[in-house]
Amino acid sequence: MKTYLITTLLGFAAVLLSPLASAQKTTAEGIAEYRAMLADGNPAELFEAKGEVLWKQARGPKNATLEKCDLGKGAGVVKGAFVELPRFFADTQRVQDLESRLLTCMEVQQGFNAADIAKTRFGEGEQKNMESLVAYISAESKDMKFNLPQTHAQEKLMYEVGKKVFYLRGGPMDFSCASCHSEDNKRVRLQDLPNLTKQPSASVGFGSWPAYRVSGGELWSMQRRLNDCYRQQRFPFPGYASDATIALGVYMGVNAKSGVSTAPALKR
Amino acid sequence: MSDPMRIRAQAQGDKTTVRVLVGHEMESGQRRDAAGKTVPAWFIQSISATHNGKPVLSAQWGTAVSKNPFMQFSFKGGKAGDKVAVTWIDNRGDKRTDEALVS
Repeated sequence: MKTYLITTLLGFAAVLLSPLASAQKTTAEGIAEYRAMLADGNPAELFEAKGEVLWKQARGPKNATLEKCDLGKGAGVVKGAFVELPRFFADTQRVQDLESRLLTCMEVQQGFNAADIAKTRFGEGEQKNMESLVAYISAESKDMKFNLPQTHAQEKLMYEVGKKVFYLRGGPMDFSCASCHSEDNKRVRLQDLPNLTKQPSASVGFGSWPAYRVSGGELWSMQRRLNDCYRQQRFPFPGYASDATIALGVYMGVNAKSGVSTAPALKR
Repeated sequence: MSDPMRIRAQAQGDKTTVRVLVGHEMESGQRRDAAGKTVPAWFIQSISATHNGKPVLSAQWGTAVSKNPFMQFSFKGGKAGDKVAVTWIDNRGDKRTDEALVS
């Protein structure tokens, strides 16, 4: 894995064909410069293009497109949908995030089995298509401000549940999400940890996923990001598109209110 | 079926800057899969660019170049509306060409 990362970095340095500044820099400056160099060519764009094709392509047992999928702003409306998710949906009578909503659409419109997709490993089969779809949908709301609805009782309830889950300590290391993400200016090794309990850091953290991860060459959705948080806590993942993960999405999303979404972003 | 490249070309003064995002696995041949078998190398061997049909860049790549690589270069001349085409060939013999207009 380590070798692979070094190969990746060398590859980028060689391909950029630009002289690297060699002055003394702090780590944060170095990482910021590295991101700036890559910002022009975020490979997430490749996923966005694929996602747009997938959205409009007739697929699945019912051979239908997703263009009738209601992401909260009416059937087929993609623009601005991402910054208002998770939200309550009357047809399913649940609060849903982007991925659980997509599962519903893929099942209802296209005839896929949502439970099977939820069980599929990240990066394989329909989960691979999911990566492109979330890249496309989040990109359509790029630079827009988070404005999650909190009017329905279920939405308020999910915020409170998300808060509970965020502060729930457990596992062999007695960790919670809050252990890493409730104080300013914390980091794990060289990674800055956003404080997800308040602005402006909440939107910096929450608003940059889905993101392309250079180290693995993969596009990670919020569900996959949460999966990795739980793995690092040595905690079992509550399950793909489970209510616990959606509640966390509501908690983080509401905390990020009025912050700007930069997704799909670029991560080391 | 290979994924399309994203090509952006911008003329400024007497030069044109081209930025290309290439969609390719660029498998190094040094990784093993879950079963312990080596994942076969699969990478772009040569990449070239033309401006209105005239070659402006030709490069040979190897396994040290990252997955989904980003390439930026500039050439003298070029104006809005000109055509820039980029072509790659990988070690499986797959080939892809995409075009863009200079803005």
